[in-house]
Amino acid sequence: MVKKRKSSVAKKKSEIVGSLKSFGTKVYDQLYSGYFPSINMPSRSTENINYDPHLRQFILGDKSVRRSARNIRHVKPFTQLVWAARFSHELASQRKTSTLRDVYYSAQAYEMTFKDQQESNNIITDLETVLGFSREDFNIFPEERSAVFGDLTIEYTVPGYEGRKLNLTSHPDGVMIGPALTSSEFVSTTADKVIAIEKGGLFTRFIEENVHKKFNAVLVLTAGQAPRATRHFIRRLHKEMDLPVHIFTDGDPWGMHIAMVIISGSANAAHLRELNTPDAKWSGVWASDIINYKLPTDPLDEVDIKRLYELQRDPRYQENPLWQKEIKKFLRIKRKAEQEAFSRYGLTYIVDEYLPAKLEETK
Amino acid sequence: MAQATFEEISASDFFYRNRDIAGFTNPSRAVFAAIRELVENSLDAAESLKIPPEIYVRLSFEGEVGKDTQIYKLRVGDNGSGIQPRFIPSAFGQILYGSKYKLKQMRGTFGLGGKMAVLYGQIMTHQPAKVTSSTGSTKIYSFKLMIDIQRNRPIILDRKVLVNKEQWRGTIVEFTLEGDYLRAKSKILEYFKQTAMVNPYANLTFVDPKGRLYKFTRVTTAMPDPPKETEPHPFGVDVELLQRLIQVTPYRNMLEFLKQHFHRVGDITAQKFLEFSHLSPSKNPKRLSHEEVVRLMQNLKKFKDFLPPDASCLSPLGEELLKAGILKELKPEYLVVNQRKPSTYAGHPFIIEMGIAYGGEIPKKGNFLIYRFANKIPLLYDEASDVSFRVINSLNWRRYKVSPDMPIAIVVHICSTKVPYKTVGKEFIADRPEVRREVANALREIGRQLHRFLSKREHVDREKRRLSIFAKYLPKIAQFSSHLAGKEKLPDVKKLIKSVQKYGEET
Ligand SMILES: Nc1ncnc2c1ncn2[C@@H]1O[C@H](COP(=O)(O)OP(=O)(O)OP(=O)(O)O)[C@@H](O)[C@H]1O
Ligand SMILES: [Mg+2]
Repeated sequence: MVKKRKSSVAKKKSEIVGSLKSFGTKVYDQLYSGYFPSINMPSRSTENINYDPHLRQFILGDKSVRRSARNIRHVKPFTQLVWAARFSHELASQRKTSTLRDVYYSAQAYEMTFKDQQESNNIITDLETVLGFSREDFNIFPEERSAVFGDLTIEYTVPGYEGRKLNLTSHPDGVMIGPALTSSEFVSTTADKVIAIEKGGLFTRFIEENVHKKFNAVLVLTAGQAPRATRHFIRRLHKEMDLPVHIFTDGDPWGMHIAMVIISGSANAAHLRELNTPDAKWSGVWASDIINYKLPTDPLDEVDIKRLYELQRDPRYQENPLWQKEIKKFLRIKRKAEQEAFSRYGLTYIVDEYLPAKLEETK
Repeated sequence: MAQATFEEISASDFFYRNRDIAGFTNPSRAVFAAIRELVENSLDAAESLKIPPEIYVRLSFEGEVGKDTQIYKLRVGDNGSGIQPRFIPSAFGQILYGSKYKLKQMRGTFGLGGKMAVLYGQIMTHQPAKVTSSTGSTKIYSFKLMIDIQRNRPIILDRKVLVNKEQWRGTIVEFTLEGDYLRAKSKILEYFKQTAMVNPYANLTFVDPKGRLYKFTRVTTAMPDPPKETEPHPFGVDVELLQRLIQVTPYRNMLEFLKQHFHRVGDITAQKFLEFSHLSPSKNPKRLSHEEVVRLMQNLKKFKDFLPPDASCLSPLGEELLKAGILKELKPEYLVVNQRKPSTYAGHPFIIEMGIAYGGEIPKKGNFLIYRFANKIPLLYDEASDVSFRVINSLNWRRYKVSPDMPIAIVVHICSTKVPYKTVGKEFIADRPEVRREVANALREIGRQLHRFLSKREHVDREKRRLSIFAKYLPKIAQFSSHLAGKEKLPDVKKLIKSVQKYGEET
């Protein structure tokens, strides 16, 4: 069966350009009437970050901060913010993309030199907070990239490729989830699920082993902690194409949290929506799997244990009893295992035995 | 065991043997000391008439002696008082002969300096000195002199009388000496610069052996009043001085004796003192026994009701001239000076004048630059032994928001009829509690003012920085937001920038 979907990308683009313009207009109008321009935006301080069990992600509370150009300490960041909006507006209207690093350097052309990369990243986060869009929506991307493989046909919207289609099985290494892919429309797919994988080695093995065919899946490589663009991409696969999402990570607190951020988002992105996929499932490797499959293990070290206790208290981990159960098991066995550990039963064991079992278990 | 043999030596012989103590230690020190002694004599001679000094110094190369030593001819000319011809030979040919033993502030004190220079030159080069002088009369006298070291007497080799057509007045001293100018150069130039600083009414010209001309030009013709000669203050006398006074006095009773020979002793004070020391006012001073003289001296020191010495015998620069001199030579951004009221140590009056200069052309050294002066003479050696160095370095500068790595110069000037030098070399001031206290008070006063200046400037700077931030960013906000809003016309931010300004406006 082939699923088809209607454009979400074009609509969003025009929303973004509109919101940048209206932000600029607001500032302009204040200046024009002889006032120091100011804006209010939700505070991103830790006291104002709350977990919303309904949305199943972190959100910002009611506390807001005021940035005013009247304030000597604010006037520079305020200017940087307006500049960032102007820069994003230019990117959006010229349909170009850039990286956080570009932002840092571009500012210098306007005598808006940022102290360091961190300062410029913060301003971009401010812009996200003010407008409620993520930086990828403004065509600003981080350097890190992940990949996708599977029977999904997309249609590019980037200049020079408009209307061109691509099937994501066309390259055996997978297709990089970069600006062009993120901004493309989903046209059709025969897949009925998404399998997200933490590590590149296993991603390649899955392609070689035809997992996409055998299990009718779109494979996504998160390459460690999934970048925001990838998280948004997974969410779109789920929402627009109706695909359930399964996440496979290493069997340790860090892998567990990679899955969690895809599911429930991160505190850093509490000012943003639509980056998480609350219905996605962590399918393994669980502490229970370590026991049941008798996997070769390493002992948990001190930071692992500390991290487990942190996660145990984290509101995101209260949602589903699975998490607490697995955390307790990890703490009890005091061992961890990598995905590659299945190789002890032969290279195809993971595909032939483990995967189908877990997909069934976490349906 | 051999018998000890005794002999007597003259003053000139003594200083010939011990020229180190007068500063003629080595060829480099010697050129410096020679120039310095003669320039100071010239300054004294001009100031005694309240005439702005015009001093010309030329050091010219005469020949090579060794690797580091050359023979130079030194010539120093001035427009000072001149010397009457009958005094010229002794003034330059007899050690411990001078006109400045009086109780008033002068640069010269010992009757030694000029002669040491001449003596040194004579020892090293065996050449006579030439002194030409006129007091402005119709004649100019010119002497060729040498010093008879054993007898401490001048030897006149030649004496000329010239007609003074131009009514010239002044003195020119010329002689040859051994020295190391290359080594001495920086000290000599520093000496001129600092001399110019405390003598802003003087024109100083120096031509060095390479023919380079250094000119320090006056910025004013105003001069401090010359000092008046005074009687000794009772606190300052010793038995020797008392005996001498008793010998020469024409007065036949103690009351008059005290009133006439002592500084600030009037009728009432004299009577009270005599009562205090159980002496009859009518007693003839010449009849005092040795024991009585000793007791008199002790009582003079014990008696509490003598008035403190007045300062008419002093000739400080004054705040205006000190300012002018420092501004001229240091070109600071900010300067404050302070003159303390006259004070005394051991019966000797003194005045401390101080200045603190900040920024401008003053370099940052990581340490305060200290300029020390005594009776308008720069003190260039042994800074660390000087009382003002200690006072400056023991002050808690943090209280004044001042730190040694700021570009700061401190100028200390002590004027006294008897500068408390620690050595004959006139290099540094001894640590007398009275002097220390006055230096500290002056320093605190100028420190406070510098503090005020620095805080105010910091405030103004902060305001300026504040303003410049708004002035930098508001137009950018206008520009970027106009672009975003798609407007052609930029909003005018001048008013907004102005509105920030009025908060911090400073006069
Ligand atoms: N340029 C001059 N013009 C007028 N008089 C001078 C000049 N140079 C020296 N004299 C006279 O010669 C005297 C001796 O000078 P000299 O330098 O030897 O001793 P001083 O200046 O009295 O004391 P000091 O040893 O402290 O220098 C002076 O007291 C002064 O009367
Ligand atoms: Mg002298």
